[in-house]
Amino acid sequence: MLTGFVALYIFMLAAFTGFEIIGRVPAILHTPLMSGSNFIHGIVVVGALWALLNASSTLQQVVGFVGVLLGAGNAAGGYVVTERMLEMFKPSDKKKG
Amino acid sequence: MNSALIIDAAYFLAAFLFIFGLKRMSSPITAPTGIRWAGLGMVVAVLASFLYTLDVEPDARPHLTTNVTLAIIALVLGFGWAWWSGKKVAMTAMPQMVALYNGMGGGAAAAIAAIELFGHKSHVGVGLALAVLGGLIGSISLSGSLIAWGKLDGRINKTLRLTGLQAINGTLLLVLVALGAYVVYMHGAVPAGILALFFALALFYGVMMTMPIGGADMPVVISLYNAFTGLAVGFEGYVLNNPALMIAGMVVGSAGTLLTLLMAKAMNRSVSNVLFSNFGAAGGEG
Repeated sequence: MLTGFVALYIFMLAAFTGFEIIGRVPAILHTPLMSGSNFIHGIVVVGALWALLNASSTLQQVVGFVGVLLGAGNAAGGYVVTERMLEMFKPSDKKKG
Repeated sequence: MNSALIIDAAYFLAAFLFIFGLKRMSSPITAPTGIRWAGLGMVVAVLASFLYTLDVEPDARPHLTTNVTLAIIALVLGFGWAWWSGKKVAMTAMPQMVALYNGMGGGAAAAIAAIELFGHKSHVGVGLALAVLGGLIGSISLSGSLIAWGKLDGRINKTLRLTGLQAINGTLLLVLVALGAYVVYMHGAVPAGILALFFALALFYGVMMTMPIGGADMPVVISLYNAFTGLAVGFEGYVLNNPALMIAGMVVGSAGTLLTLLMAKAMNRSVSNVLFSNFGAAGGEG
């Protein structure tokens, strides 16, 4: 069980991490990074899975099913779209190398 | 007991891969491999989550077979549809797809909150407050992102202009905060109708907040909702006692906030200008 302050430390360090990573990125990467971070919060599917597997009433099963469905869509869609955007960076990569 | 250890280890690995992948994505040279690392983290986390079936709550044990079946169907449908739609969409239509997928994530966070609140699963102050807050932000992100998608996709063409819209939205937000505070004050023991009203109003607020904003400003708005979903996921992660959700959600919450500021700056606008300049009388400040 995470106690209050351990949770606060996790939140604080994670917030700084996100801030530092995005810190000085070129403007050309803004949209792919938005898409990439959109993919990363697709991890919510794991939480929805837990909620669905522990559902004990029909209402919880329905809401849990919708949650997993939406979360899975977030993860898969975010991945495909980000990958397609980042593919465009490959040719310029080769030119430089 | 061992399954819990494997799940924890898998989540730790996933959290590392997410941050590592995002870091690589922040440079043009390493960016294409960055998403692969993050994707690997997602696969590890989702697969490990099926170990939850070994240790479910006593109430849910009789429903386990149904629940596992439902979970697999939902995963296959969700992954399958999103994968297919993401592959076939035209390159120019990417921003609205990001909005759509982001709204789905917000909806998933709101669904977790709904299960916690309607099922009276959280009673402790902080957990309950964060469940309510995550539900609110997730719902706003869901309906707001859907409107953003509709506008960019050309499905919603009119821009809502109402005199006094700012006052209406301000009142709505106050009512939402009051309802949320009431739920926390009552330790979650409120009638289901109040909870339903809370979620319905939150969804409505997301619509009202996004409708007045023009299509050209949408990328900034989508980025803002992306940060919202991240925050909602982080909060629900605390409620579910799941550090992977907490870390991934909060990293996206802060990265998304900074990204929103940077994108607005690149357009020579401030975020509040984007969000509020169309409120009130048309052609006002700006």
